[in-house]
Amino acid sequence: MSTAAMPSGDRSILARSPLARLPDRVLKYGLTVLAGLILALIVYFFVRLVGEAKPAFAHNGVLGFTFDNDWDVSGENFGALPLVLGTLITSALALLIGVPVAVATAIYANELCPLRLRGALTILVELLAAVPSVVYGLWGIFFLAPKLQPIEQWFADRLSFIPFIGGGTVTIPNYFVAGLILAIMILPIVSAISREVMATVPADHKEAALGLGATRWEMIRTAVLPYCRGGIVGGAMLGLGRAIGETIAVTIVIGDAPQLGKHLFGQGYSLAAVIANEFGEAQGLHRSALFAAGLVLFVLTLLVNVIARLLVNRAARKGKTPTTTQGLAAGPQPIAGAVAGA
Amino acid sequence: MNGETDQRPPAEGGSPAASQGELLARFAVSQARRRRDRTARGLITAGTVIALIPLVLVVYYLLSKGLGSWSWSFFSTDPTGNTFFKTSSIGGIESAILGTIEIVALSSAISIPIGIGVAVWLVEYGRQSWFANLVRFFVDVLTGVPSIVFGLFIYIVLIVGTGSSYAGYKGSLALSLLMLPVVIRSAEVILLLIPSALRESALALGAPRWRVIFSIVLPTALPGMVTGVLLAIARAAGETAPLLFTAAATNKTGFNLGQFMNSLPVQIYKDVTSPTTAVVNRAWGAALTLVVMILLLNLIARLVSRRSRLV
Repeated sequence: MSTAAMPSGDRSILARSPLARLPDRVLKYGLTVLAGLILALIVYFFVRLVGEAKPAFAHNGVLGFTFDNDWDVSGENFGALPLVLGTLITSALALLIGVPVAVATAIYANELCPLRLRGALTILVELLAAVPSVVYGLWGIFFLAPKLQPIEQWFADRLSFIPFIGGGTVTIPNYFVAGLILAIMILPIVSAISREVMATVPADHKEAALGLGATRWEMIRTAVLPYCRGGIVGGAMLGLGRAIGETIAVTIVIGDAPQLGKHLFGQGYSLAAVIANEFGEAQGLHRSALFAAGLVLFVLTLLVNVIARLLVNRAARKGKTPTTTQGLAAGPQPIAGAVAGA
Repeated sequence: MNGETDQRPPAEGGSPAASQGELLARFAVSQARRRRDRTARGLITAGTVIALIPLVLVVYYLLSKGLGSWSWSFFSTDPTGNTFFKTSSIGGIESAILGTIEIVALSSAISIPIGIGVAVWLVEYGRQSWFANLVRFFVDVLTGVPSIVFGLFIYIVLIVGTGSSYAGYKGSLALSLLMLPVVIRSAEVILLLIPSALRESALALGAPRWRVIFSIVLPTALPGMVTGVLLAIARAAGETAPLLFTAAATNKTGFNLGQFMNSLPVQIYKDVTSPTTAVVNRAWGAALTLVVMILLLNLIARLVSRRSRLV
């Protein structure tokens, strides 16, 4: 070390020369700028989208645009209520059908499934996510919707006393089919997140419940589900975000009628579907209205996703560091230990 | 809950005088609880079976309808655009397959370096700083943005903004926006798994930060990151909505990404609405092709992740 040439100035002999440090600086600031660019890009897009949507909002007012029930392309009047409601109805249906099934799948895979089948089951459910949206649309309109129509008609006839469900003729493309397709499409993500959250339940809690004499189901109900509630709700919200933004499959199976459907089995429209369907030939105010629809969609999914992320992150953090109070409340150590030892 | 069976066992484990039978009776699960347990388990199993029904049906219909339209000429001819007359040839999907490959290749070339770069920054430099957490939050926000909104973004910036028309590379940009958050978050997860001892030993040997990243961190993380990247590509390949108003559709096979470019999802979407059976059959054939391509990517991703030493 002593034979090494002393660098000039007051730099220590161990420090790198400024030139040698250059690549490090370049990399660090280059990457920081790259990360910052993503933020800038999102903000820039948002501002531009607002700018493009402005004429439509100016024409009807923001509230008028969102809540007026009149989407009239030739009359140049754009009230998006039929679209907003179409999006909400189909997404709500998707949650109603998809979440219980997804949670059941997650419980089965984590708690009831023979260990050998678990991997295969997980892969199969994830395969549902590999099918592209347009293929679900194709399958939905040529197979699912025609096959379901008689069944839907039967329900509509029997339940005609319920205002929104019964009465009316069932059309092949309708809200219900769209909701069902969406349920299938959100199943993998809700199931995957529920499974991940359930895997974080400490074995102590489960063993404690079983040790106190609980049946399998009682163990799931008292130890697993309460622990995962936040994560499951978060997963469902992420699914909701997907369902709200899903475009092509819904466009194909919802019927694309710009009026509000009279009942669950009638044709409707959704925010994403109207953009996909009408944007190609839209001009002037109409195009601006479609940008406005995109903006409403963007804000809606943003809200849902932010809430979902907060819930999922909190659940995940809880999984990493189980607090002592929970540990004491749900799983007294001696009993859990005794069961584990037996 | 009531009934004698639910009483807590005495602390000392039952009186010594109690016989085996008495103990069993005391601890036995009541009929009602057994029934509830069976019902709940039955419902959960039924839910799982229900979840798998659509998969079986989709695969079955894809195979039964799609295989019928597969032929050599199906893959080697362009669609003719002739969709109304049954007598004339409607053509195949060559331009759609090549278009999808070109568009997705370009979007991968854009989003993979940027995505991995941002992930490296998050793990190596940003860590838990407020700025890094803000970036993470925005990346999560990007994950949730509907794919059609990405199409609108690119349309505003590159078509309204420049006054030019649709082009393949604009479709690629829309898809790369979609892939970016998936690449970033999956790469970040893998980078976090790299033991810090590896980094520290390299630093202790006098390697500068950038050499640690390029010679130690990235090579170690490579197999794991390939998995995330392949899954992102698979997701992008199936997207229709961002391409509708950016790359549009055309019949001709083209290798110029500055021109209109066809793609499999857009071709299927166009064919679905056709009243002609032959055209719908082409949609089924194209759908089967697309699903097979995506499943292959998924399969490779799975095999690679199994070989990765980190996960």
